Amino acid sequence: MIALLHRDLMLAFRAGGGFGLGLAFFLIVTVLVPFSVGPQSELLSTIAPGVLWLGALLACLLSLDRLLALDYEDGTLDLLATAPLPLEAALSIKALSHWLTTGLPLVLAAPILGLMLNLEPDGYIWLIASLAFGTPALSVIGTFGAALTVGIKRGGLLMSLLVLPLYVPTLIFGAEAARQGAMGLDGTTPLILLAGITLGTIALMPFASAAVLRMTLR
Amino acid sequence: MTLRVNDLAVARGGVPVLNGVSFEVAPGTSLILRGPNGAGKTTLLRTIAGLQPALSGQIDGADETIAYAGHADGLKAMLSVAENLTFWAQVFGNSDIEPALAAYQLDPLRDRLAGTLSAGQKRRLGLARLMVTGRPIWVLDEPTVSLDADAVAMFAAAVTAHLGAGGMALIATHIDLGLNADTFDVTPYRSKSDMRSGASDEAFL
Repeated sequence: MIALLHRDLMLAFRAGGGFGLGLAFFLIVTVLVPFSVGPQSELLSTIAPGVLWLGALLACLLSLDRLLALDYEDGTLDLLATAPLPLEAALSIKALSHWLTTGLPLVLAAPILGLMLNLEPDGYIWLIASLAFGTPALSVIGTFGAALTVGIKRGGLLMSLLVLPLYVPTLIFGAEAARQGAMGLDGTTPLILLAGITLGTIALMPFASAAVLRMTLR
Repeated sequence: MTLRVNDLAVARGGVPVLNGVSFEVAPGTSLILRGPNGAGKTTLLRTIAGLQPALSGQIDGADETIAYAGHADGLKAMLSVAENLTFWAQVFGNSDIEPALAAYQLDPLRDRLAGTLSAGQKRRLGLARLMVTGRPIWVLDEPTVSLDADAVAMFAAAVTAHLGAGGMALIATHIDLGLNADTFDVTPYRSKSDMRSGASDEAFL
């Protein structure tokens, strides 16, 4: 398992590995929002938590395409399926490496981008906490979507359509926690619900992902 | 332990391609699968490797014992030869890649990125992967594609050594590998009917 994680991280950081794709997208979206909305700092600080969460979600979605497709094309998935490692474990590792290369950088970059969107000072801790609790769910759900569409050429559109509805609860509670925090309220309730979603998906989704991947590998 | 296939029927895309296939591979022996293109050799091998379910029949002795090598080698272009091989060795719980590198003369290439290898060199690396799995049954689908004569000899030597150590091999190929092996022609087992059975998702429901 560690070998797979090590390999995935090494591949992500080598040239053409796709590390930074999501981060760059996140950066572009949040930098462009003030230009399109206009220089009203009050409006910006109102929409900042939502924009940051939406940007993070779309950045995650953007990188899902490569999550399993590359391994499918070069035959690695066939070989992994016959390896002693259970497919459920392999897909959990894949989701973890996706989070480490996409979700975690987003969490770390969000405070800096919050500054550009005039996020309320109270909101930073809530924004970071909600993204840190929520982005793992995005990676795990995304792995499921990638497993569903892995055999389909140019399956990116289909995958987006399948995955987006599953992302909605995470987005609602994540953005709500960040919004309440930014308004100076206590965002504990949505944060706890968000953590519940994340823990639930981490526990259950790998089994669903492995089941559909076995179907698509046939 | 012997690989036993009994009255096996396999399907590709829901269409039965082979029926009533039975054979045995005992330790230290190998079996060469023959048949024209599209006869169902790949489907049969994938079924035995556990990548797809059989329509009917039994496969015994195939649990956690098979190292499968298909048309794709599962190599990462941005990892070096040694890194690719080490990864697969670790997945199968081994660490020593030196014998495999030596058997396919990959030592001079060990620090080259796999993406810069020629097709034949990639194939040699893909076949070297079998040696680091430590699995007794090798299931190989046209292993000699894009190999030159010398590399085919390396491959034959590796298979012979594997058999000598009590291993087994099931190989689909069109060329003569110079192995002392039985041949199994799949042509007589081809399904006559094109009846679509097994096309539904019963297994999933």
